Amino acid sequence: MEFISQPWAWYVAGPVIALVMFLLYYFGERFGLSSNLETFCSIGGAGKFVDYFRIDWKQNTWNLIFVTGGITGGFISSQWLSPTDVVALNPQTIKDLADIGIQNAGASYLPDEIFSIETMLTLKGFFILLIAGVMVGFGARWAGGCTSGHAIVGLSNLELPSLISVIGFFIGGLIMTWLILPLIF
Amino acid sequence: MKYIKFFLVGILFGIVMSKAEIISWYRIYEMFKFQSFHMYGIIGSAVVLGMVSMFFFRKKMVKTFEGQEIHVEPKKRGLYRNLLGGILFGLGWALAGACPGPMFVLVGKGVVSIIVVIFGATLGAFLYGAFKNKIPH
Repeated sequence: MEFISQPWAWYVAGPVIALVMFLLYYFGERFGLSSNLETFCSIGGAGKFVDYFRIDWKQNTWNLIFVTGGITGGFISSQWLSPTDVVALNPQTIKDLADIGIQNAGASYLPDEIFSIETMLTLKGFFILLIAGVMVGFGARWAGGCTSGHAIVGLSNLELPSLISVIGFFIGGLIMTWLILPLIF
Repeated sequence: MKYIKFFLVGILFGIVMSKAEIISWYRIYEMFKFQSFHMYGIIGSAVVLGMVSMFFFRKKMVKTFEGQEIHVEPKKRGLYRNLLGGILFGLGWALAGACPGPMFVLVGKGVVSIIVVIFGATLGAFLYGAFKNKIPH
């Protein structure tokens, strides 16, 4: 139980993710989370406005079930497998975050400055969450995949489009982290 | 019943995302600051083992549980699509600290505000579908 309750090291997590990918292909499907966002659009009736969403979404049911499992796994993990919420960060990271206005970095999984209910209920806080989501959703579908479909599956399969996408992920991530985040809080 | 296996694999996915702190906003920040090896080790080791899986799939040494060949669909080519879409995704990933998998795992952790991010991501996918003929691929 000691092993389970500790935070899992990278050399445990990476192989488990590879196993998840393997199992999804073994079960006749694929590994890609962001396509669920399009499925939501189709279920919500987006096909009435945009032909692109006029698909038989029922063929993606397995992926919705997979995501439901993911939610359940997050619940199980936080309820029973994680005695602490503390994230052991590099002290330099904690200092850097304090400098840009995010206090108590690592005291829990997420910063209150972005994710607390109080922040969500402010106009600025709400739009930060919303715009972050819009960029993730639009960008993932434009690129044709997210971290799972491009960074894990695509790179494993030696796909040039995925390499370009992952380079793009990093260009965007570095711009946000180094140039934009310091201006927000 | 044929769906229960996907539910179980999903649980494993949710647990690993949570236990390895991949769903932590701070881990993504730290990665983009190059201040920790954690996320690089995770993605790197998953990709190396993924390559081994792909090799077995390609050589037809592993088939699906129903005995069918495993064919991994190639990604769509196009510099603008992959680079510009990738950059936009990266901007959102670093701001939300969550990509489309961890977003859902955070729901299970009881994070109410992540619903706004998921709504935004769905809206983003919708906007992509609505404007896809007007942007470069």
